[in-house]
Amino acid sequence: MTDENFEPKIIAFLCNWCTYTGADLAGTSRLQYPPNVRIIRLMCSGAVDPIYLLKADLAGADGILIGGCHPGDCHYQEGNYKERRRVVALKEILKNAGFDEDRLWIRWISASEGQRFAETIREMTAAMKAKGPNPLKSNWAV
Amino acid sequence: MKTSIPVENGQTQAALRDFLGKLLTSGAVDLLYVPMRTPSGSVTPAIISDPALLEYAEPLAPVMPFNGATQVGKLSVRQPRPRVAAVLRSCEIRALIELTKLQQASLDDLTLICIDCAGTYSVPVYLEKSSSGSGDELWQALYRQAVEHPETINPELRQACQICEQPVYDKADVVIQLLDGNFNSEIHLTLSDELAGTLELSPQEDRGDRRAVQVLAAARTALRDKVFEETRASMDGSENLSNVFAACIRCHNCMNVCPICYCKTCIFKSEIFDHEPMQYVTWVRQKGAFRMPADTMLFHLTRLNHMGLSCVGCGMCTEACPADLPVGSVFRTIAAGLQQTFDYLPGRSLDEPLPLITFKADEWNEVGEN
Repeated sequence: MTDENFEPKIIAFLCNWCTYTGADLAGTSRLQYPPNVRIIRLMCSGAVDPIYLLKADLAGADGILIGGCHPGDCHYQEGNYKERRRVVALKEILKNAGFDEDRLWIRWISASEGQRFAETIREMTAAMKAKGPNPLKSNWAV
Repeated sequence: MKTSIPVENGQTQAALRDFLGKLLTSGAVDLLYVPMRTPSGSVTPAIISDPALLEYAEPLAPVMPFNGATQVGKLSVRQPRPRVAAVLRSCEIRALIELTKLQQASLDDLTLICIDCAGTYSVPVYLEKSSSGSGDELWQALYRQAVEHPETINPELRQACQICEQPVYDKADVVIQLLDGNFNSEIHLTLSDELAGTLELSPQEDRGDRRAVQVLAAARTALRDKVFEETRASMDGSENLSNVFAACIRCHNCMNVCPICYCKTCIFKSEIFDHEPMQYVTWVRQKGAFRMPADTMLFHLTRLNHMGLSCVGCGMCTEACPADLPVGSVFRTIAAGLQQTFDYLPGRSLDEPLPLITFKADEWNEVGEN
């Protein structure tokens, strides 16, 4: 589907301590980034159960982003390391089950990286625009 | 220690019953877990305390009504518990190792007896075949074929068995090496010196021959890879798992029979999935139509995510599916990629932690960076 006006919808699961604060910094710094992202704040990227990611994907979200602290910087010591393994596993399942694993992104963005947050959203929005709508959005039979 | 037990008049199963009986009478164990013939002719695992009832034991019947890991877990999971000798197939032992890691079983008071497996029939096929003729002919034909023509795969076996590349489990406490040669004259086995002492068995020259097992495993590996390839092709391009599982009726049989799916508080049975009536209205308006019951693909993908790394490929899910979906081959195919990613083989060793409960700081360093 090629629609010039297609605006992807991105669901972002951000950790409270780093990426959410980074998103906040992007706002208070008045950095511009596309309004395509819907943010859900969690206490830790390690609290993102893969079932949330699957639910969003199957419901037709065009992109799904997990934002967490850089490796070694997790507020809870190891949540992001655990989430990293889960994402590796989930992408492997999605790929082998015939779903598009590249709609799922994970990025380490610290509280001071407002610029990196804005840049990530710009990059992801462009990438999902290029992909077009998630085919699951129009698939009622999943 | 390597030893062998003699078989008289080709009565292999009788010799095995005799061996199992000694485990009970010597006091080595309190109970035996072994497949038994019921009065109506079907075969089901049971526990035995009375050696006299061993006459009904059918340790070689080529049928596996369910994966015994779950039941052996129930016998072993907490103290006080009996000392049990469990006669299991390779896939059951591998599932039991995984259940032990999941704290649903304990190997501490278990004696695992693994009989080399020549493959099993699905329950209806087995019942039909066993109704015409003696049960002994059935297993003998399968083992003879496996030993004499290990490169040929019997198409009547369950598909999971046709593609099972691990028909033996050489790390069991007692390995009954039935695929080693002439099982009609002697049974080769490997067991600990201590247990051999209790059973008054003395070491013998190793006359076992694992060549048939290797050829058999190679043939099955080749077929397995072909099934993987075909299964991947069925979920390629515009196709995905939802096409393959389109006829799913959400009975959850696959989950109920899965030896790895042990959660009593499975999220799919929880209130989280008791949606408010108006929630369905929200969902249906998003896509214009909405599959009922809700969350079918979410169920299968989440189950894959929960048990995929521990999937031993026993194929019980396929047997249990009333819609005849290829659940087992699909799950094994996807799980194979997953297991390869984490260099994890379920059942290989109790010392390998489950990949999703552990991590290393220095791994997948590219993930999360641009």
